[in-house]
Order: sequence, then structure tokens, then C-alpha cells
Amino acid sequence: MRWTKRLMEHDGRLTFQASALKRVGRPSCICLVAALGVFIPVLAQAPAAPSARFVVVLDAAHGGDDAGGRINTQGGDQAGHSEAEKALTLALSVRLRSLLAARGIAVVTTRETDASVALDRRAEIANRANAQACLSLHVSQSGSGIHLYASSLPPAEPVRFAAWKTAQAAYVTRSIALAGVLNSALLHAGMTVTLGRTALPAVDSMACPAVALEVAPEWGSNHTQTVTLDDPAYQARVAEAVAAALLQWRAEVHQP
Amino acid sequence: MIPRYQTILFVVLLAASTVMGGVLWQLRDRAHQRLLAGQDSAPTQAPQVAPAEQATLLVASDTDNSLLARTLSLPLPQSSGARARAVLGKLLDLYASPEAAHPVPGGAASIAQVFLLPASGGTSTPGATATAPKESQTTPELAVVNLTGAFAAGHPSGLETETLTVLSICATLHANQPRITQVRFLVDGQTRATLAGHADLTRTYLATQTVPTEGTHP
Repeated sequence: MRWTKRLMEHDGRLTFQASALKRVGRPSCICLVAALGVFIPVLAQAPAAPSARFVVVLDAAHGGDDAGGRINTQGGDQAGHSEAEKALTLALSVRLRSLLAARGIAVVTTRETDASVALDRRAEIANRANAQACLSLHVSQSGSGIHLYASSLPPAEPVRFAAWKTAQAAYVTRSIALAGVLNSALLHAGMTVTLGRTALPAVDSMACPAVALEVAPEWGSNHTQTVTLDDPAYQARVAEAVAAALLQWRAEVHQP
Repeated sequence: MIPRYQTILFVVLLAASTVMGGVLWQLRDRAHQRLLAGQDSAPTQAPQVAPAEQATLLVASDTDNSLLARTLSLPLPQSSGARARAVLGKLLDLYASPEAAHPVPGGAASIAQVFLLPASGGTSTPGATATAPKESQTTPELAVVNLTGAFAAGHPSGLETETLTVLSICATLHANQPRITQVRFLVDGQTRATLAGHADLTRTYLATQTVPTEGTHP
């Protein structure tokens, strides 16, 4: 069963849970498993104890059948050229992964190809990675510059068994701090940044400091796009700023 | 020579025809009078126009990711559910206008219904009237906003734009009817995972947490 596999792959605490299950009868075991089903995936780590290895999860939103929004590309306003959001998020994820790997940061991605990945699966990958930063990458035609969103769940005390849909609640304070670090780096790179809180299913289930980062075009004063989202220079500038922010975040996480 | 009995029969038939003609004339007159009386009792009075009232709309702006309070004078019905629907309709009309800072197609027709239910269990009280007991006016209510599928299909995709739409609906409901403390969303009467791929529509939004101070970020 899927939960059993999940138990066996996790750390010592979960192995203990698995061995405890062996000692109960089968009907009781099934009930217990059903009850634990929504809790187990977020049990992999204690919220306040970052591991020595700094891991970043990059979640390129959408993929496969889920194309996301349509984004105007070079000449899009005039010629109607557009690209699917899923392709641009994947391009940003790949670029960011390379930059982070070059700086010695371990990266886990939720997808490397144009594949459908369920929202719960994305959160599951993030929770298994025991990450210190999780970024959900989005691209939008609306708004201007970079939009940073932390979960709108109310902050909660870390608990051993967290509900799947509100696992992020124990990390909201750190997620807001991560958004602040990203905000500083992006502003330093000369970009327009807006901060907010939102309800995003995948992020709300992540048991790590998590921020949804949405890249929008930059607009001039005469309501024309000064930078389109498929501009490699713009993508590189965003990726460089985010990588710098994550380096800063690593330093903060590893501070005694 | 006409036989006597034939003469008598002719006179009787002539008299009967005359009487029947008179009766028919009278019946026609009575029917005409009834028709005129019926027209008098028809509802010819024009429907009463709801008086204009002040409504506060929390209008979203994509440029700075903010909700800005805007007060308008609108004719609002007495029923709470219809009043909530009218206010949200005006909000979406603003978003559908060409100069909108948060452009979303659809307009007022995108709000199919707004149902108001007690926020903490109990029985449903859709369309609570203004004459309801005072305690019901302070009871926290859950607003269930049923959007049309066309609105969700036509909504621009994006974290910011979807979040602003959801938050502005929640904040506008709470600003005009403070007893609405929670908001849930349906699309064509069904639950839907996200509005247009991003904002979560499966959760209950706390309207009290979505009302910002004027011009600030949600």
C-alpha cells in the first residue's frame, strides 16, 4: 500500500510508527492507517529542526494536460504570439536549478519534463525532501514584476501530526521570513515586487518554508510591456536574484 | 290558404327568436362588463424601485496588488441574499469595464446566486429579511457564492489576479454585511478546486481577515 511504502522510506520516527502498526490486528490496523493517512506525509520532519544539508525544492507549476495560463511572448501584443505557463515555469525551474547547483545547493524538483504532477504529489515530494525552502514557480500575464505569496493559513504551533491540507500553518512565520529575503534580493536587482498571502493548495500542504513566486511582465508608463516573459535576459535576472536570496536564506538557516 | 296552426307556430318561433336575441344581447353586455371589471383589478401598478443606498466595494487593482474601498450609491433589495448578489454584481461590472485595473470578463451575470447560512451549524436561512429578529442580524453567517462556469472559464489565470478576485468578493461581502464572516465558493453549483488554476476554491475564507485598511495589500 502507498502509505506503507511512505512509512518505510521515511526517517526513524516513521519506522517506529510502522513497527507499532505491526503489533495491532488487521481491522484495527486498517482503521489506524485510514486515520493517519492525512497526517503521515507531513510527519517527516520536526518544524524547528533544520537538517545540516540545505535543500531547496523547486515546484514548476502546471505541466502535462494542465497548461496554466496563456502568456504573451515576444510581439505577443501585436501578433498574438503566446506560450503556455507550464513551459515558462519549467524553463525558470531548470535555469534556477542550474544556478543553485553551481552554488552547492541541493535541489529537488517536482518535474523535469512536461508531465502532469498532481498537487498532492508536489507537496509530497517537498515534504519528503526535508527542505529548508520550497518555491512554487508561476508565470502570469496579469500584474507587473514579481509577486511573492506566502500561505494565508493562520500561523500554528508545530505539532507532531499535522493535517495534510493545513501542514503549512506551522511554517507560515518562516515562509513570510523567506518571502522577505526574496523581496530584498529582487528589489536589489531592480525589480518591482508585490507581497501577499494566498490560498494555494500545493503550498498549503508543504511542511517547509514555502513561497509561491509568480513572474509577470514589466510594464512601462504608457501601458506597454517593456519586458516579456520569454525574454532570456529577464529570466536570467529573476533567477540570479532568487538564487542570491536562497544563498542569503541558507546563511540565516544555518546561523547558530 | 295558410293553415291556422302554421300561423301560430310562426308567431311562436318569431317570439322565441326575439327573446333569445335579447337574452344574447344581455349576456354580451354582462361579459363586456366582467371584462372591464377584470381589467380594473389587473396589476397595472409599476413595480416599486428599491431605494438607493450606500454600498462599499473593495475594488482590486493588479498594478499594486491592492484592494481600494470605493463607496457607491446603489438600489439594493431588502433581502440579504439578493442584496449581497446586487453588490457583488456591481463589483464584477466594474471589473468587466474596459478601463478596469483588475480586468475580469463576465460582469454582474457571473454571480448566479448568493446563499446565506448560519456560520456555525443550524438550519439554513436563505434570504433573511430586514425584518428578522435582532439576534439573527448579529449571528455570524456563511455566504455561499455560486459563480457561473463562464466566469471561471474566462477568468485570467494567475496567482495575483485570482487571489485579488476572491479576496475582493470576500471583503466586499463583509464590508456591506458585517455578519458575513465566512465565504465559500461554488461554480455552477459544484465545488471546484481552483478559480482558474491557482486560487483555492475548496476552502472556507474568513471574510474578517480579508478586509484591508484602505489601499493596502490584502
